[in-house]
Amino acid sequence: MFRKILIANRGEIACRIIATARRMGVATVAVYSEADARAAHVAAADEALAIGGPAPRDSYLRGDAIIAAALASGAEAIHPGYGFLSENPDFVDAVEAAGLRFIGPSASAIRAMGLKDAAKRLMADAGVPVVPGYHGDNQDPDHLAGAADAIGYPVLIKAVAGGGGKGMRKVMHPSDFASALESARGEAATAFGNDAVLIEKFVEKPRHIEVQVFGDGTDAVHLYERDCSLQRRHQKVIEEAPAPGMPPAMRAAMGEAAVRAARAIGYSGAGTIEFIVDASDGLRADRFWFMEMNTRLQVEHPVTEAITGVDLVEWQLRVAAGEPLPLRQDQLAINGHAFEARLYAEDVPAGFLPATGRIAHLAFPPGARADSGVRAGDVISPWYDPMIAKIIVHGPTRAVALQQLSRALAGTQVAGTTTNLAFLGALARHPRFAAGDVDTGLIEADLPALAQVPAASAGVQATALLAAADLSGAPLQGFALWSPLRREIRLDRGEETLVGTLLLTPSGPRIEIDGHECTPPDLPVVKAGGQIHVFDAGQCFSFAPHDPLARGAVTGAAGNATVSPMPGLVKAVFVGPGQAVQAGDRLAVLEAMKMEHTLTAARDGVVAEVLVDAGAQVEAGAVLILLAEDAP
Amino acid sequence: MKLASGVLTGSDSFRANRAAHLAMLATVEQAATHAAAGGGPQAMARHVSRGKMAPRDRVANLLDPGSPFLEIGAMAAHGMYHGAAPGAGLIAGIGRVHGQEVMVLANDATVKGGTYYPMTVKKHLRAQEIAQECHLPCVYLVDSGGANLPNQDEVFPDRDHFGRIFYNQARMSAAGIPQIAVVMGSCTAGGAYVPAMSDVTIIVKEQGTIFLAGPPLVRAATGEVVSAEDLGGGDVHTRLSGVADYLAEDDAHALALARRAVSHLNRARPASVQWQAAEDPAYDPDEILGLVPADLRTPYDIREVIARVVDASRFDEFKPRFGETLVTGFAHVVGCPVGIVANNGVLFSEAAIKGAHFIELCSQRNIPLAFLQNITGFMVGRKYENEGIARHGAKMVTAVASTNVPKITMLVGGSFGAGNYGMAGRAYQPRFLWTWPNSRISVMGGEQAAGVLATVKREGIERSGGTWSAEDEAEFKRPTIEMFERQSHPLYATARLWDDGIIDPRKTRAVLALSLSAALNAPIEPTRFGVFRM
Repeated sequence: MFRKILIANRGEIACRIIATARRMGVATVAVYSEADARAAHVAAADEALAIGGPAPRDSYLRGDAIIAAALASGAEAIHPGYGFLSENPDFVDAVEAAGLRFIGPSASAIRAMGLKDAAKRLMADAGVPVVPGYHGDNQDPDHLAGAADAIGYPVLIKAVAGGGGKGMRKVMHPSDFASALESARGEAATAFGNDAVLIEKFVEKPRHIEVQVFGDGTDAVHLYERDCSLQRRHQKVIEEAPAPGMPPAMRAAMGEAAVRAARAIGYSGAGTIEFIVDASDGLRADRFWFMEMNTRLQVEHPVTEAITGVDLVEWQLRVAAGEPLPLRQDQLAINGHAFEARLYAEDVPAGFLPATGRIAHLAFPPGARADSGVRAGDVISPWYDPMIAKIIVHGPTRAVALQQLSRALAGTQVAGTTTNLAFLGALARHPRFAAGDVDTGLIEADLPALAQVPAASAGVQATALLAAADLSGAPLQGFALWSPLRREIRLDRGEETLVGTLLLTPSGPRIEIDGHECTPPDLPVVKAGGQIHVFDAGQCFSFAPHDPLARGAVTGAAGNATVSPMPGLVKAVFVGPGQAVQAGDRLAVLEAMKMEHTLTAARDGVVAEVLVDAGAQVEAGAVLILLAEDAP
Repeated sequence: MKLASGVLTGSDSFRANRAAHLAMLATVEQAATHAAAGGGPQAMARHVSRGKMAPRDRVANLLDPGSPFLEIGAMAAHGMYHGAAPGAGLIAGIGRVHGQEVMVLANDATVKGGTYYPMTVKKHLRAQEIAQECHLPCVYLVDSGGANLPNQDEVFPDRDHFGRIFYNQARMSAAGIPQIAVVMGSCTAGGAYVPAMSDVTIIVKEQGTIFLAGPPLVRAATGEVVSAEDLGGGDVHTRLSGVADYLAEDDAHALALARRAVSHLNRARPASVQWQAAEDPAYDPDEILGLVPADLRTPYDIREVIARVVDASRFDEFKPRFGETLVTGFAHVVGCPVGIVANNGVLFSEAAIKGAHFIELCSQRNIPLAFLQNITGFMVGRKYENEGIARHGAKMVTAVASTNVPKITMLVGGSFGAGNYGMAGRAYQPRFLWTWPNSRISVMGGEQAAGVLATVKREGIERSGGTWSAEDEAEFKRPTIEMFERQSHPLYATARLWDDGIIDPRKTRAVLALSLSAALNAPIEPTRFGVFRM
């Protein structure tokens, strides 16, 4: 076994790997960017080395710096985590050339699975079912349109080098093909520097079911499937294992296919074979097709760990250190059911915009596994994935586990940033999800209801107001000889001011809001980051103290400014000073969290000033473009 | 030294006492509610419709959320002026602003425009007196038309009339007791000096006005036509005249500014006494209503009350075997050390000597005193006069008058004759004087007074050879008895500010604690006693 390993990653996965390494007596080295100097993973590791600037390309994507750090610290192996360099074969080569061990598959295995069309050919040759599609080199639009016709609509256009939904377009009718192709190519070109696409059959009621495999270079086992059908724009939201409604025959067939795929490339380490499943006629053993293989540990690996009792990181370390597979296939079985929910700093009603902020308070309920890379006081920066935690529950049955998930989400407390907790909670309660009737379109179909942020109830408001009154300590609180005083309490919540009246009665404090009296319920309330946070059913309601002295502040040119709705990278600016624009005209494009957001003119006018250049990283609320004051 | 209690809460007498006390409380509560309603719902609605906060809400929003409010003279002017001035049109009391105890004086403009009746002046001066003695910063929430003109002879000329308000402000300011005014309405004529004499003044925009003469008087005097706002509005006074320092947008803003002003006072409470952690009494204060006899003439053990007032019911009784009709001892009330002097019967010479001794002890040790007064007087008769009870009583009166430790007096029963003096009655300048609804105060009992008058009259009739039937005598005595009964009632007393307020007996502990806390904002000066007649 290694004595010391370096973790070439950050956030929850770095913390999670460090935890297992520590349990195994393996010393850990963290690397960090300037933005992460005080991050949780740095604190968790035995030692930590700085590797560069906050942008990933200046730090976590710098293979040379990471290898130098490993050599400097005396680490024998590098664990790449997921993302960043985890599926970069050149990095694997460099690691090995430096005399270090890469905890993961070989460079050749990664290369074999890296290009989707080649991977599919490889899999088809190995007898793994693949989706009907065109994966050819002829990228002539007419030829591709012909291929689409042959496959049959609806079809999917995907970037050959893509991932994460970039450069992907669904086309329902042949007439839309040309324009969809053009935009997919454009996106692929900017994202991957490769505008080649492939065409695939679009599956009508698709489910995303993946199989965890583990190889030691010669042999391979599977650790059953995960269902990741609850997605939004190809981003997984809640994952579970095993897949609901999975017939044993299909499970066996998928497992065998996955093992076949792993063996075909002499796979070593943890990997995932992703299948698309057509569930329009229920789950059938002849309706799953290979999509791609992820040659790394997956974000959602904990649900597999929960149902199999295997610590996948431990296996990764043991196999990378030269041990054979710790268990044979016949020693692996499914125990119960597990869910994982991804808790993100994001503004769901605003279209899932990534959010930033300092985590003022963070608490997870007992009974759930919470893999987190941030602590109270840490900052969710615009530089990295805004995931706060993965909340994992494991129960004897799916129904029990789902209830545990609901309860765990309701008991999770995050203050200081907007989160998707309410959305996750709504999903966990969704009747179709509860019934196991999942597909990748479920979220989109019910988005308005799911994305609704519950309003602060009277109880929440009363709790916040009472907390603002700060009745701690002083003796004889609220004493009055005869007529008690009615004290107004104010709190700010966004643009609104909440007004309540505090009444101290012999039976306890009461709060009156809009003439309705209410005894504040016993909700968890936390004062942190200068705010009051009340937690109710997983939702954090944050209130700012109202400053009665702040009066009459007038904002000047508010209507003239185009501001960044979220932290992100300015990809393009389309206008210059003096240019006339009409309401709705594109002014700039902002890229954030794998999404491009077009900023448009709010009114007709003339551009007065452009405050940013393309390529600039901006914070939420930054003024990007100013329109000239309208002539009266 | 936890006091033992012999109260039988299940007894008939307990239930009867409780019912009687609750009935007395209900009467007082009704009066309190009436006073708190100020000028009534219509006047209040008119007041609020002008964008003003209700007067009590102004007080509430000046104070910290959850602040106790020890109201002074809540039922002042009760039944006076034909009911025209509930609460005397002024709210006064002690509360906390940023943790600092302050005296708040708020005009109630819903009561005759906040004009000053004689009782308004008396209440204002009493609140200032408390502030001065306790070193409490004063916050004046001004909204008053000035002196009530039909009563000008009882408001303006005398020493303790209107002018005394500004005299007090100057004297307090000189003594380092901050004076803060918030002008939230009219502030006319003499009233203009409240803000002008304050250390810091805040005025509400287009609502507060300060002028020596209002527009009608100006027009009458000089012919000048000017609006109230241009004559003395917030803009004028903060921008041109400098009479006010801060311009507030509205009442809420003004109160926030006043809170900020208090937060910058940089005051610390002197460390006069050793506070300790508060403990609840071992016996339920609610039982006070059942254990105190409804009839003042029925004796009971005052220690039962003490046990329901002091921390953990712990009482270090001093000299328990001597002069037993006066109970003296050390205790804590909500953490504050206090020496208790309580009546347990008529005062004899020994009791008076013991009282003087105990007051000397507390003065020596800087321990505040609490008097629980239930006294018919000093013992009378040849034996007692001859042994010099007047001399011994004088010792106690001298001690009470001379001591500089804070005194808090609580009338828990009768307060008659010279007993009132020895037990720190109003004339003896206790920092606070509170009464229970069952208490009575007069120079002597009504029966005794009528008896004295009847005896004199009978002697006159019989000297001139006439006769006086028992019926005629009873008829003669009746009005005197009735007058004494009416005038000794606590509502009659509190209306005239002979005390600082009637309290619910169950709140005795809290009122004592708040009174002590307020009093201890001022340092305790060393005591020098007068000559004790030995």
